[in-house]
Amino acid sequence: MTNKQLTVLSNKKLNNCTYELILEGNDLLHESGSFMEIEIENCFLKRPFSIADSSENTITLLYKVVGVGTKALTTAKTGDTFNCLVNLGKGFLLGVIKKPLLIGGGIGAAPLYQLAKEFVAKKIPVEIILGFRNKEEIYYLEEFSKLGKVSVATDDGSFGYHGNTLGLLKDSNYDFDCYYACGPSPMLMALQNYSANGQLSLEARMGCGFGVCMGCSIKTTNGYKRVCKEGPVFDAKEVLW
Amino acid sequence: MVNKQVTLFDSVLKNPVIAASGTFGFGYEMAEFFDINCLGSISLKGSTLNARYGNPLPRIAECSDGLINAIGLQNPGIDAVISTQLPKLSKVYKDKIILNIGGHSVEEYLLAVEKCNDLDNILGIELNISCPNVQGGGLAFGTKESTVEALTTAIKKVSNQKIIVKLSPNVTDICALAKAAENGGADAISLINTLIGMRIDIKTGKPIISVKKGGYSGRGIFPVALRMVYDVFEAVKIPIIGMGGISSADEVIEMLMAGASAVMVGTATLKDPFACKNIIEELDKVIKDLNITSLSTIIGRAHK
Repeated sequence: MTNKQLTVLSNKKLNNCTYELILEGNDLLHESGSFMEIEIENCFLKRPFSIADSSENTITLLYKVVGVGTKALTTAKTGDTFNCLVNLGKGFLLGVIKKPLLIGGGIGAAPLYQLAKEFVAKKIPVEIILGFRNKEEIYYLEEFSKLGKVSVATDDGSFGYHGNTLGLLKDSNYDFDCYYACGPSPMLMALQNYSANGQLSLEARMGCGFGVCMGCSIKTTNGYKRVCKEGPVFDAKEVLW
Repeated sequence: MVNKQVTLFDSVLKNPVIAASGTFGFGYEMAEFFDINCLGSISLKGSTLNARYGNPLPRIAECSDGLINAIGLQNPGIDAVISTQLPKLSKVYKDKIILNIGGHSVEEYLLAVEKCNDLDNILGIELNISCPNVQGGGLAFGTKESTVEALTTAIKKVSNQKIIVKLSPNVTDICALAKAAENGGADAISLINTLIGMRIDIKTGKPIISVKKGGYSGRGIFPVALRMVYDVFEAVKIPIIGMGGISSADEVIEMLMAGASAVMVGTATLKDPFACKNIIEELDKVIKDLNITSLSTIIGRAHK
């Protein structure tokens, strides 16, 4: 958890609702699945974003325009600076997993990108399922395809499998020892019901983002845990909705 | 070196800035950001006799100048606070702290407060009788004069710590409640807790907060809080800890001039974890610019 002034390197529109923002600074390597917060003008609270990719000097965020904060962020230009809190939360555990399956729903695919890169760096093959509402909302397909075998599901059938990520998972013969999922809560709940061998990255309306306000606590089999502090990634076996 | 000291009871605080309950966890979490020893004191997360999970999510709704929360007093219970949280805090914070205690019944308050009798290094116990987010408790104790006086009297009988009664602004006459606390033997009063508010998601037409309403805090409430501290200063003789929307050193000075002996900074920390530290550092310049020799000389100055 540290405070940093980061500079916009690029802010690119990927499709009708998704943007890629690259921020520059020092000491920015994050664990996959962790998150950061950006202070946005005229917004009282900082906005949390999962880390799509990070290196020593850059952070890549993939964000969807959902409210005033993300809308304002679309106007950020190269050279603009933002006050940020970086290295927040706990990310995915790679452990001894040999057959990872990454499942992203909508903007939830974002944190799976760095995770896929980390598995590839360990020479572990990755299988990826990406779910979107329709063809227009697909992003980063090429980038993910460079890292592993990608299957896409769309709710309206306009691209790939017609249906949701769970439907695709059930209709295919995936052989995985752990799935890593990020997406809307109904998707995560459905996955958890299907298999407990996974890690879920949760989303919540946060107050602080660093564990002091208890605004984002969830019930788990091990008592209450904060999405912003003990999470956002939780073992699928422990999350109680 | 600018003198920022204030006195509360028989304790000298190195400066008047106290981290407010519910916005600073149990303190030690914040030590990752800065050396929290710069703080005048810390009021810990509201604790109850037994562990509480609190309300369902969402518990937070943003506003243009603050936020609404409905945490619902999530805490591990007073025994766990004493056995596991306080030792962690004492490693990173050396000065006296404030324990914030809530409850559902007089018995619950008394049992929780009694457990704090043997603790050292406690500035006081802040009685949360003003939490708007707990069904059938919290605020229910804080809106009737007779209840406030009776509860304070009962707690003073079983406690050997200083008792600070935290008042709700969600009342018609906050001075009457302040007097009731004073009559019950309170050593100090802290005010204000959050104002009851709500936000509605215009896409769904439903309240954002799971339990519909919550407590509004943040810089938007500062003028309301200042007015209430000003009024209560004229109503009681015991010291006042002023809070509500403070986010700058100037506002600390205003709060002291309205009659507060010390202040609490809360929601500003949720917006910026360094808020307390920055305010304390800014205070040096403000004190110099205003030629203030001692902060004690400006307490209540607005009444003269």
